[in-house]
Amino acid sequence: MSAGAAASPARLPGAAVAQPAILLHVRDVHARLGGAHILQGVDFDVPGRGVTALLGRNGVGKTTTLRAILGIVPRSGTVTFDGQPLDGLATFRVILRGIGYVPEDRDVFAGLTVAENLRLAERRGVPPRYDLVFDLFPDLAARRRQAAGTLSGGQQQMLSIARALLNPARLLLVDEPSKGLSPRLVGETVAALARIAEDIPVLLVEQNLAAVRKLAEHVLVMAEGRIVHAGPAADFLADAALTQTLLGVSAGTGAQA
Amino acid sequence: MSTIVLLALTGIGLAGLYFLVASGLTLIFGLMRVLNFAHGAFLLLGGYCAWLLGAQLMDAAGNVSNAGFLAMLIAALAAGAVIGTLTELVLIRPLYRREFAQVLVTVGLGLVVGALVMGIWGGDPRNFPAPPWTHGIVRILGANVPASRFLLIGVALLVLVALVAFLRHTRYGLIVRAGVENRTMVSALGIDVRRAFTLVFALGGALAGLSGALAGVYFGAVSPGLGSMLLIDAFIVVVIGGLGSITGSALAALAVGLLQQFANYYFTGIGDLAIVLLLAVVLLVRPRGMLGAST
Ligand SMILES: Nc1ncnc2c1ncn2[C@@H]1O[C@H](COP(=O)(O)OP(=O)(O)OP(=O)(O)O)[C@@H](O)[C@H]1O
Ligand SMILES: [Mg+2]
Repeated sequence: MSAGAAASPARLPGAAVAQPAILLHVRDVHARLGGAHILQGVDFDVPGRGVTALLGRNGVGKTTTLRAILGIVPRSGTVTFDGQPLDGLATFRVILRGIGYVPEDRDVFAGLTVAENLRLAERRGVPPRYDLVFDLFPDLAARRRQAAGTLSGGQQQMLSIARALLNPARLLLVDEPSKGLSPRLVGETVAALARIAEDIPVLLVEQNLAAVRKLAEHVLVMAEGRIVHAGPAADFLADAALTQTLLGVSAGTGAQA
Repeated sequence: MSTIVLLALTGIGLAGLYFLVASGLTLIFGLMRVLNFAHGAFLLLGGYCAWLLGAQLMDAAGNVSNAGFLAMLIAALAAGAVIGTLTELVLIRPLYRREFAQVLVTVGLGLVVGALVMGIWGGDPRNFPAPPWTHGIVRILGANVPASRFLLIGVALLVLVALVAFLRHTRYGLIVRAGVENRTMVSALGIDVRRAFTLVFALGGALAGLSGALAGVYFGAVSPGLGSMLLIDAFIVVVIGGLGSITGSALAALAVGLLQQFANYYFTGIGDLAIVLLLAVVLLVRPRGMLGAST
């Protein structure tokens, strides 16, 4: 990817409609995988604007939480999106309600070209927002004919985000976008997400606390299959003892991206 | 020389038949992780539908016109498409996400259809009506090659080109290719991937039905054992070619058809053994098959 992501001043059109104060309610969500009780009553809210970061040590169930919301993983409990329950809906219907998903490990279709990956995301009757995604990620436009499997990790991440943004979404679920990226690419990804989050609320799973510091207004912390802390990001990150207990790392007030 | 030409063209003709059966199997498996044991039943129904229609259309000598023959092929194709679609909608879909149960259901359907065909039309081979030219001989490089070989080769090539074009250039082709890689992610883009499931079953059924009729031409008859016999070869082709890969299946079908013919001729009757050896070697060297995905 190029450095164009942060430099461009254009705002993302279309999404800046009135959003309810709380966009997503997650209540008492349980999920079992391979016989293990992974989610044990997850409760949280995602506000209708800004970035909400979902934190927690490896393997606590952050990815599973996103997949449970989308119905990829069978779950119990209730999830309400913009006042409408999502319970029992097939994954594609949840997505069509207006949720964009950027999975952990990108999951681009390796054998398809960049253009085909994007074309797959097109929907009947919905004008695809190619201008917007190529403005955010100019590198993708130049690589349209390249097989997605041959893209670098950073480029695949851009493609995965672009795919989720091609249609107007009212909420993005983004799972560890900085995973495996070099510090420079993490910076570019964070800049792109910051721009996206001006218009679309984002539920962001992230391990990189410097990225969280830059992006997030709220944090949710998971431990043992539950949310054990919810509150303003600044307060949480400033509390070295709390980050140490909940995450096993010290946020260190001087941490930078 | 003439023997080699005859063996080669017969091998390629058989390869065409294997490919028609295997292409549907490989798409179904690639997308749904279901090894469809009912595929032989689709083939059988196609073959017997064409035979039933042919029996109405044929003259006293057992010949049908070209138009009648075309109608028989279309009937086989349609019968296969209908049974394939119904199988997915009625038997497979209610067992969503339960792959093992799905496979068991296809085994059951395969057995039931085989027994039904046996019960209704008996176990003896039924002469398959066809236009006279399919029984003709083409002289090529000194060899006398039955014309039916060229029919199989031609239809298989046509289907190969059509399938590749479908996969490359249509929306559903794109969905199928993406779904073979990662169907969860296809759903996560807002696409109802279950429609693609029905589609590959319809398509696979149609091609299996068509190959039932073509097998009738090739062997001169249809019999209840036809389905399971071709299904085994097709399974081997699918595994050698790489599960989910159409071009892999085409190449593997070629390898299997040719090897089978040449081994049978030069080492009397070990054609099937040679294929199993080829399968073992491919699995040792490339466990995912010739063109199988590497991830
Ligand atoms: N299909 C599965 N079968 C059994 N266990 C699973 C399955 N998928 C995930 N798990 C387990 O569920 C737990 C939560 O996994 P999850 O991927 O949600 O964690 P995470 O918080 O996203 O971790 P990370 O930060 O490493 O990405 C882990 O212990 C994992 O091993
Ligand atoms: Mg995770």
